[in-house]
Order: sequence, then C-alpha cells, then structure tokens
Amino acid sequence: MDRPPEIQPTVARGSEHDPDAAISIHDLTVAYDRRPVLWDVDLDVPTGCLAAIVGPNGAGKSTLIKACLDLLPRVSGDVRMFGSPWRSVRSRVAYVPQRETVDWDFPVSALDVVAMGTYGRLGWLRPVGKAQKQAAMHALDRVGLSDYAARQISQLSGGQQQRVFLARALVQEADLYLMDEPFASVDAATEQAIVEVLRDLRSSGATLVVVHHDLQTVAEYFEHIILLNMRVVASGAMDETLTADNLRATYGGRLTLLEQAATALGRLSKDR
Amino acid sequence: MYLATSLLDILLLADWNTRVVVIGTSMLGVAAGVVGAFLVLRKRALLGDTVSHAMLPGVVGAFLVMQAFGGGGKSFAGLLLGAAIAGVLAAWAIPVLRRATGLKDDAIMGVVLGGGFGLGIAMLGVAQAMPGGNQAGLESFIYGRTASMVQDDAIGIGVTAVVTLLIAVLLAKEFRLLCFDESFGRALGRKEGVLDLGLMVLAVTVTVVGLQAVGLILVIALLIIPGAAARFWTDEFVRMVSLAGVIGAVACWLGASISAMAPDLPAGSIIVLTLSSLFGLSMLVGTRRGAVKRIIQSRKLRRRTGWQHLMRAAAESLESQGTDTWTIEQLSPLRSWSTSRLRALHRSAIRRGDIISCEDGYALTESGRTAADRVVRNHRLWELFLIRHADIAASHVDRDADMVEHVLGDELVAELETILAGSDVALVSPHALGGQA
Repeated sequence: MDRPPEIQPTVARGSEHDPDAAISIHDLTVAYDRRPVLWDVDLDVPTGCLAAIVGPNGAGKSTLIKACLDLLPRVSGDVRMFGSPWRSVRSRVAYVPQRETVDWDFPVSALDVVAMGTYGRLGWLRPVGKAQKQAAMHALDRVGLSDYAARQISQLSGGQQQRVFLARALVQEADLYLMDEPFASVDAATEQAIVEVLRDLRSSGATLVVVHHDLQTVAEYFEHIILLNMRVVASGAMDETLTADNLRATYGGRLTLLEQAATALGRLSKDR
Repeated sequence: MYLATSLLDILLLADWNTRVVVIGTSMLGVAAGVVGAFLVLRKRALLGDTVSHAMLPGVVGAFLVMQAFGGGGKSFAGLLLGAAIAGVLAAWAIPVLRRATGLKDDAIMGVVLGGGFGLGIAMLGVAQAMPGGNQAGLESFIYGRTASMVQDDAIGIGVTAVVTLLIAVLLAKEFRLLCFDESFGRALGRKEGVLDLGLMVLAVTVTVVGLQAVGLILVIALLIIPGAAARFWTDEFVRMVSLAGVIGAVACWLGASISAMAPDLPAGSIIVLTLSSLFGLSMLVGTRRGAVKRIIQSRKLRRRTGWQHLMRAAAESLESQGTDTWTIEQLSPLRSWSTSRLRALHRSAIRRGDIISCEDGYALTESGRTAADRVVRNHRLWELFLIRHADIAASHVDRDADMVEHVLGDELVAELETILAGSDVALVSPHALGGQA
C-alpha cells in the first residue's frame, strides 16, 4: 500500500535508532482487528525532555504509548528505550494509565495502590514491607495526598484518583515516564499540582512523554511536541513544531483519506 | 433433647470419622472462599460455574475409559482426574473462543457451560445403561456426597485445600495487582496470562475437590458467596479475602455437621443455604456496605440537614425581624417545608435543648444561639466562596450553598476561612433574606 501522496515525512530518517534518545520508535504499525490505527511511526524523543503527544480523538495517542510498553501487539516496528528493547529496561520505565481503565470500587486504599509501584522491584513472592510503604507515603506526600493514604479509593475525587496514579509512577523512580492523559477531568488546582510534579521529575533528569489533549496549555507545560494523527505529522521542539500548518495537518481534513483506507482495509480483512 | 445433644456432639467433633469429615470440608470452605474472592474481584465469578458444569463429561468420560480398560470404573481418583482435565479444557476454551469469535465472555461462558453439561448428561445416560454404571456413584458428582464421605476422602480434601490456600496466600499480592489494574501489571513486566492461568488452576482444583462435598451444580456458591458477602464488611483487600475464607469455613462446618446428624439432608444444599443466610445477613448488617448502615447514614444526614435548616431559618428570621422570638407561621414561608415537618423539627430541637417554647412562640437557648450562629456563618462562608471563586450569581448562591454546607467538615470550614481571610466583609448574607424579600 502506497503512502497517500500529500503526506511527506517531516524529517527524513535512516533505519538506525538514535542511541541518545530516551525512546526511539522505528517503522511502528499497530492495528486493532487488522484495522491500522498507527501507520509507520518513526519517532525519537530526546533524553531529559518533557514531551506531549497531541492529536484528535482516535489519532492513536494512547495506542502509541501502549504499543511502546508491549500492551498491544504490533504489526511491525521496533521500539527502543535508552537503546534497548523495553523488556530489558522496564525497571527504568513507569506508566500512568488512564484513570477510567480501573474499577475504583476495588477494596484497596490509596497507599495500597501507590505501593503497587514497588512490585516491579519486589518480584512475585516478596510482600510489601516497611520500606515500600515508606516510599509510597513519600510519593503520596509529593502529590499532596498524605492525609488520604488510608482512604478507600472510591472515596477520593477524580483529581485525587489521578494523583494516586501519578504517585504510583513516582514510586517506581524511573528514568522514563509514559503518561496517558494525566490531566483528564481534573480541576485547575490539581492540574497545576500535577504540572509541578512533572517539572520536578524533568529537572531531576527524567524523560516524560505525556498524552495531552488541551492545545491551550500544551506550549506552556511542555518543551517537546509530537503531533499525531494515525502517523506522526510532526515532532520536535515546541516552538519550531507547533505551527499552524502542522496543526492543520494534524486536526484538519487532510487525513480522512488515510482513515478511509484504514477502514477499507479492515473491512477487507474481515471479509476474507 | 436427643437432637440437641447429638448436634452438640457433632459440632464439637466427638465422633472421629465425623471430626475428620467436618474438618476436611471446612478446610475446603476456607480455600474456596479465598480463591473465590479473587474470582469475584477479577470479575470472573461465573468462570467457576462454567468450569464445574463442564466437568461432568470429564467424570463420565473417565468412567467410560476405565470401564473399557477393565478397571471397573470405580476408581474415585480416576474420576476426579477426568473432572480436572475437563475443567482445565473448559477454562482454556473460554479465552480461545473469545479471541476466535470476538464474542463477549458471558456469552462464551454460557455456550461452554451449556454445551459441556449437556454432553455430560447425555454421556451419563449411556454410562448408567452399562453394567456397573449405577453403582459407580456418578450422580453423586452432581449433588455431592458429604454424608458418605470417609476419612480418606476428607483427608485428601483437606490436604488439597490447604495446599491451594497456601499458594493463594503466597500470590495474594500479585492477584491484587492483576484484579485491580492488569495493564499496569503488564507494564511492570508481569505476564497476566500466567497469573490468570494460576488463578484458573486454583479455581479448578477447588472445584474438583468441592464436587465431592457439594456437587458440581452448587460448587459455584461455595466459591462466590463468601467473597460477595465479605465485601459488605470491609474495604480492605486482605481483610476481605480472609473474611471470605472464614465465611466459607463456617458454612462448611455447619453444613457438614448438620448433614452428619441428618444424613437424609444433602450436605451440599445445607452448606449453600448456610452461605446464603450469611450473605443475607451481611447484606443487611455489614458494617461497610450493609443496608442498615446505609439507611442509618441517610437518616442521620436528613436529621442534621433538617436541624441546620431550622437553626438558620430561626436565626435569619430573628435577624431580619429584630425580635427575640419567632412563630411557626413566620418560618413556614422561608422554605418549602410542611407545617407538620416544621413542628417535628421544633420538637426535636427542643429535646436537644437548642430552643425553648415560650408565650410568643419559640426562642433560642444559649447553646442554641451558638449553634445557630455557627450554621449561619458556615452557610455564608460557603456562599461567599461560591460567589468569589466559582462565579455563581448571588441570586443563585443560596440554593447551591444549601446543598453543600450540610457536608462541610471542620477541615473544609477552616480552609474556607483561610481562603476568605482578610476579606473585610463581615459575614452578612449576600442576598435578601427570605423574611424581607
């Protein structure tokens, strides 16, 4: 299948991964039920930056993050983190899933959830001990929730639940954080609190890749941007990349052709 | 009298054989409760039912195979092995069919359960027509056979249950992660397929063992009811899982004891009836989510709300009229409350010592004055906050404030005071009071 002619890759790339990149994606294609949602994604995120993934609904933002963590099967492509496959560096990578993906009625406290961030280092059989609980308390403190440690999670507000997820990632003490809509349905004060934490992490040398859906704040919060609509429309430093042309290419009607092709392809493979 | 002593004998395990059977069954209850609690939290409650029903063709199939090879078909261990194989196949078939067809789990489980059980019943018909088929006790797998259990069966059950329980306890932390947030678990490198397989093997083991005690139709109750009942008592994972084990044990203890005393009553149904009663009890009086607790909470809120409404109406009426007393007729138009409700509120406030009845109507006592002032102050603080920080029009603010102020805690009031600190506004109502409007 040929690439639709009007779409030109913004940056020409070789097949080599950039060894200095925190995350380097080459030729990634992901499909749901054979319907492609991400096409030929080539992407490098430099180490130590605060990067946003931006794009319209259904652009494949969450899919990109999940595919990087092997949560979804890839049709093709290769993802490297710090030059290695995810499996061999996974203790350096933390993940914040979307809040709606779990049942908040589950019988655990905020502290229990945050302590789950230590399970990676604990292994299967070692129980959560004093040190892990202390680390979890510290992380809760960093997101301003130390008073809520013992609360059952359904008694937290949406913004507090989001911060619990953030604290769980903090406890992992990772070098790369992948966050899926951490600002979804939180109030302005919580958003500020989260941004503070992200900046803290960034200045301690971590790399953050964050799915963000608010174009109003993206330039203020982030320094690197990935414009995504089924493929990478543009990616790079904020001031060079967040241009009217790129935005139009991401959100405008130009990509409907690609989507139609994807739908047709999905239908074709179902008929077969 | 005879009945009472013999029940006591059994409950206290005077008879050796009964003692072994009851203890073995109780261990099964603990294991089933704990494993079942994980299934409930994994939202796979019906997996146990599907697996148990699909075990029937395995049991009968094992009988037929043993018969064909001259084993006589009476080896109990052989029958259980058949059940286990069929159970694992059924549990394995569910995700395979899901992937192959794109159907949802509940539909697939219905297909596997119905298909498996139907096949089993048909095979049972064939087996029972064969010589020796009736004596093999195949039907006891459907309804259980606690009453005829002997020491060796019970020891087998008990040991298997304890091993299952130990594995479940060792993996409890991983199951907590799997049940709560499997994608995060995968991002930590956990293979959720392996954990699900482990949970499934535990469930199949408990089910196979449970077949002897309660039979394949009722074993689902042994798995699911303890976990479901435990949820009414606690919001904490470990406590919920442990309590499920205790509930399972108590039900099995009682069920096995009663059926030892009255062998005509099928033990399976007694165990399940005990479980259902414990569930009903938990649903009503459970300390976390029980119905009684929720009713009491909502009545408490209603009473407090009513009292706060009265205190504020009284204080604001006094403020706008400039008097020391008020009458029911004066308060009546301030809110949409019926005169009888208003009278009831006055009566309860008098009982609390907040107001007194006098010649001209009612008046606040000293403690009532303090309380009323606090209620009014909280209301106005909240109104001020809404106007200043939430952009709500002054004319609408009363109703919105009215809803929230009843749940304002001391913490929140203190925070409001900080936010609004330094405001030169003495706390006067931002809108016209009802009496003046």
